[in-house]
Amino acid sequence: MNIHEYQAKALFEKYGVPVPKGAAARSQEEFATALAQLPEGPTMVKSQIHAGGRGKGTFTNGFKGGVKFCADKAAALTMAGNMLGQTLVTAQTGPAGRRVQTVYFTVASDIKKEYYLAILLDRASSRPVIVASTEGGVEIEKVAHETPEKITKVRVDPAYGLAEFQVRDLIAALGLTGAEAKNAAKLIRNLYTCFWETDAAMVEVNPLITTPAGEVLALDAKVSFDDNALFRHPEITALRDLNEEDPKEIEASKYSLSYIALDGNIACLVNGAGLAMSTMDIIKHFGGTPANFLDVGGGASKDQVVAAFKIILGDPNVKGILVNIFGGIMDCNVIAQGIVEAVREVGLKLPLVVRLEGNNVEAGKATLAASGLTLVSGGTMADAAQKIVRLVA
Amino acid sequence: MAILITPTTKILIQGITGEFGARHTRLSLDYGTQVVAGVTPGKGGQHFEHQGHRVPIFNSVAEAARATGATVSAIFVPPPFAADAILEAVDADLDLAVAITEGIPIRDMIRVKRARQGRRTRLVGPNCPGLVTPGTGPGSKGGCRIGIAPGYIHRPGHVGVVSRSGTLTYEAVFQLTSKGIGQSTCVGIGGDPVNGTSHLDVIKLFNADPDTHGLIMIGEIGGSAEVEAARWVREHCRKPVAGFIAGATAPAGRRMGHAGAVIGGHEDTAAAKIAIFRECGIEVAATPSDMADALLRSAAARGIKLS
Repeated sequence: MNIHEYQAKALFEKYGVPVPKGAAARSQEEFATALAQLPEGPTMVKSQIHAGGRGKGTFTNGFKGGVKFCADKAAALTMAGNMLGQTLVTAQTGPAGRRVQTVYFTVASDIKKEYYLAILLDRASSRPVIVASTEGGVEIEKVAHETPEKITKVRVDPAYGLAEFQVRDLIAALGLTGAEAKNAAKLIRNLYTCFWETDAAMVEVNPLITTPAGEVLALDAKVSFDDNALFRHPEITALRDLNEEDPKEIEASKYSLSYIALDGNIACLVNGAGLAMSTMDIIKHFGGTPANFLDVGGGASKDQVVAAFKIILGDPNVKGILVNIFGGIMDCNVIAQGIVEAVREVGLKLPLVVRLEGNNVEAGKATLAASGLTLVSGGTMADAAQKIVRLVA
Repeated sequence: MAILITPTTKILIQGITGEFGARHTRLSLDYGTQVVAGVTPGKGGQHFEHQGHRVPIFNSVAEAARATGATVSAIFVPPPFAADAILEAVDADLDLAVAITEGIPIRDMIRVKRARQGRRTRLVGPNCPGLVTPGTGPGSKGGCRIGIAPGYIHRPGHVGVVSRSGTLTYEAVFQLTSKGIGQSTCVGIGGDPVNGTSHLDVIKLFNADPDTHGLIMIGEIGGSAEVEAARWVREHCRKPVAGFIAGATAPAGRRMGHAGAVIGGHEDTAAAKIAIFRECGIEVAATPSDMADALLRSAAARGIKLS
């Protein structure tokens, strides 16, 4: 689960990670109240959406820049009006963009130098890794590719937590001394505690800055959480912003379906994540384009299948459907009955190819055949994929 | 022969009285698997009854292992308590703990993995279908089934299958069995980013097993475990190996069902992994329908007849 920058910074403050003073506003009326909490002077106005590249983004009304510097609060007030309610398109949002529903005002800090700092899971060692670089405010993937020597990684032993020598290594790698070193050390320790205690999947500060006054601040904040751990963090779950999610994905999660919208025109309904991914792949292999990832899980019920069909058909781009079920333990006949019921309930007009294999498959195929529905039966995955690709071509 | 488990392996079930654990315990008993004990704290002294089987339930893993000689545990405990259940199996010095549970917090698994270091218990999973060593009865009955895989699709034989995905494993096994080719052991290592046994660990075991004559390795986008295994295969494995990677069409940054199936950088894409498989002499299945055929091509090129 992702959260907004303003929410991440509130979390940072709770853990003693210094950030520039800021306040968020959700409406024109709240602008003044939010700005009143900040001192007079240069102010940043930042669109709050769950996507990177905001500064270089463009609004669909032509206005450029989702993050703006303003010389004073009066200018910030006007600027915020250009952003709120508008749709921002960035390199990460896709062409549809995201509607800005919250604007975040912060004090514009004096920047001495920018750095990069992040904590995430290192899969190879199964440990948290702290990544630091002297190259801040730029894309870290680019730094990793072009100048990997400028990136330092420290893996934390979960049995002991972050060790002081590791903090010293990070400070040395960033080239910090004196008051800056002391402040940065404290920030790193607190950021690690924040990462660990909240079950974060990643915390990223880009840039981390030093100021002429010797402060070290998180100028930006990106935090995501491990979905599996949300059950023990109700305060974090409450930060979920449904406006940032695809309505079809929200609907799917209500039925414990795992759905991700893509931009193709062949919808698929599959049991199992690996099989669902490879069903998308095989559609592409035979020249089609998948409209979604959809895993109905290992024990799909009739209700889930009906819900899955409705979600799939909520996507106007869909021109055909491929159902691919390997019923290991699951009874293929139960799935077949679910398909028949779903197709009748939604009044399906699009081509449908069904590939059933596994437990009680003969009864399942008989149910489909006896239903009188116009569906095409697929033998192997390859056969089924070729059939649906031909039908939508 | 087989790896990790044989038809005589004695297993215990942690979470035997839960709905999920009970359902699959019944299926394993039907398959002929030696389920000798169950563990549910607070229900020690009761029995799990099914079709003439009467499996004693214990309060702790250590107690169950001591009383019954069970050496392997299948864990069906719900996510908030699953990490503790794995630690208990490790503390009891079992040979193998197989964590079926999906949805365990990553932080819990980071701690479990650290706690396992230096201990004798191997962990498979979590978020995995488990393992099957097929038996010689009808529908491969009489084998050892640990977890949630459908037993009847298997056939005893000489191909080892290792995979992160449940249904893709079944797909591969089904293709093999349909072609009259059996399996030595099938191992689902699970779809989580932090897990116990890796692709490489399993491949080393298959390579050392004289009864395994060929291997299918099934992977996904995300992480570098398949790459590590492929490089080892190039240097050390002389058996035919076929590979498949799911997720060629997955968008970057999105979690595709499995917690571990997410593209984080350009090296954990399907295309990158497939390219490395090819470099390492692994016969790549063009589609998931091609997994068994890919292995047959690889075996034929080496003059090996699989069965």
